[in-house]
Amino acid sequence: MTWLAWRQARAQTLIALTAVLAVAVAAVIAGRTDTTHRMWLSALVVAAPGLLGAFLGAPLVAAELENGTFRLAWTQDVSRVRWLALRLAVTGLASMAVTGLLSWFVTWWAGPLDRAGLDQFGSFDARDVVPVGYAAFAFALGVLYGLLLRATVPAMAVTLAVFTAVRVAFRLLARPVLLTPVTRALALNPATTGYGASGFLPFVPGSSLQPAAPDLPDAWVTSVAIVNGKGIALTGSVLARTCPGLGQGRGGGTGHVQAPQGAVNATQDCVARIAAAYHEVITDQPAGRYWPLQWYELCVYLAAALLLAAACAWRVRRVG
Amino acid sequence: MPGFRCQPGVGGRHRADTGRSVDLWPVDNAIEANGLGKRYGRRWALADCTLTVPAGQVVGLVGPNGAGKTTLLELAAGLLRPTTGTIRVRPRTGFVAQGAPAYAGLSVADHLRMGQALNARWDAGLARRQAAAAGLDLRQRAGRLSGGQRARLALTLAVAKRPELLILDEPVANLDPLARREFLDSVAAAVAASDEGTTVVFSSHLVADVERVCGYLIVLAGGEVRLAGPLSSLLAGRDGQRSLDDLVVFHLREVTR
Repeated sequence: MTWLAWRQARAQTLIALTAVLAVAVAAVIAGRTDTTHRMWLSALVVAAPGLLGAFLGAPLVAAELENGTFRLAWTQDVSRVRWLALRLAVTGLASMAVTGLLSWFVTWWAGPLDRAGLDQFGSFDARDVVPVGYAAFAFALGVLYGLLLRATVPAMAVTLAVFTAVRVAFRLLARPVLLTPVTRALALNPATTGYGASGFLPFVPGSSLQPAAPDLPDAWVTSVAIVNGKGIALTGSVLARTCPGLGQGRGGGTGHVQAPQGAVNATQDCVARIAAAYHEVITDQPAGRYWPLQWYELCVYLAAALLLAAACAWRVRRVG
Repeated sequence: MPGFRCQPGVGGRHRADTGRSVDLWPVDNAIEANGLGKRYGRRWALADCTLTVPAGQVVGLVGPNGAGKTTLLELAAGLLRPTTGTIRVRPRTGFVAQGAPAYAGLSVADHLRMGQALNARWDAGLARRQAAAAGLDLRQRAGRLSGGQRARLALTLAVAKRPELLILDEPVANLDPLARREFLDSVAAAVAASDEGTTVVFSSHLVADVERVCGYLIVLAGGEVRLAGPLSSLLAGRDGQRSLDDLVVFHLREVTR
């Protein structure tokens, strides 16, 4: 029975494995120094679970339903649920193993660059153990959508879309608070605080004071705010009242372009006045939480994959 | 004598089976359906059907396309769940689905190994003999088999699990006359070889196929049973019809009027 499940997963698994080996050989030959190569390898680790979920998970039952072979598979002595359980286990583990191998290789390959970068959380999704959890989740998601939609290609598309949405939502909303962040209050430093806009382009808020990144190597700063003693955030109107004329010149602060000395002095003067009533509050996940968060997130995704597998078992009994 | 009763009109008088889709019922009948109905959306593929299929016979299930033959057989095989009523079948059932589906990428040998892996009472020797008799090359991929060969492979898988009840859904519909003859002969041979009184239920829209191998006939049309009984007694009281074919057509016409 396990043999059958493996026999049906063998071809795709070997193709995926060959692709991983080809990438590994090419990356080793190219050397472990190029950050552009590192970016592509990281992107591959991020993409692999979704692709495997679409190509191994979605067709697992959908192809049987499309080709009519479920009429062969489900009329043997072995029950549908047991048949599905073994196919889920074998193909799912193959998918997780391929992803794990890729992640392990990229983690090793990028090790020197990552350690020099002091930004371990910047590549959190593409290193170590979490990709294995994503692979399990994407695979189970693919199987479930294959069962629900009963067609391979739509199931592949929906799997990729839903998996991406879940990953992005989890990254933005859940991961920062999986472990309660550490909160730190710092005095505003006129020498390192600039003025400008922040945020992603479609959501640029009004310009405000921008403290420089705190010196917390390998930590993950999840939020930065400027608040007064009552915890109220600095507003644009307070800033304009305290520092009339700020931002009217050609900019200043800690940017790459050297600003005119006058503007720099005006900004520093402003920060000093603001700092009388306001201070900086940052929340972060300290460097030491990297591995706890890796294991925690892995467990969350594995648990979600098991729930999806249970949903598949429930669903497969109701086909027909 | 096993009887039949199929009333027109379905009004939820029968409770749909909420537990197992197929109950196991080891008595003299191979299949017993009671108020059985299957609905797809608003269309009833099979309506309020009550029938028994006697054990130890080769039973032909005849009817025009869309009569509900496949629905009835897939309900019996446990592939479909009844909308209304219940169906009980012999515990060990072999099933050859319409078109004899097989895994295109797996070889004949892989399929036999699959049969062994998935069935408790698999007879490996019988499977090999059947495959050899069908002229199947063990290394050949199922995707490269002819329709006739694939049907023989599917039959081999269904027979080698030593079923008490063998259900064949339109097994010869897409076969040429020679392959059709060979397939029917192999079914007859398989039944003769088993000493356990295997029941075979086999559907077709051609009466001639049924006449060749069957001892019992069920005529299904419009999702209802029109005629059922041993071939000999049906032919004895054939109401002046010249052949079995005429008799079946007569009953189908009577219904449409």
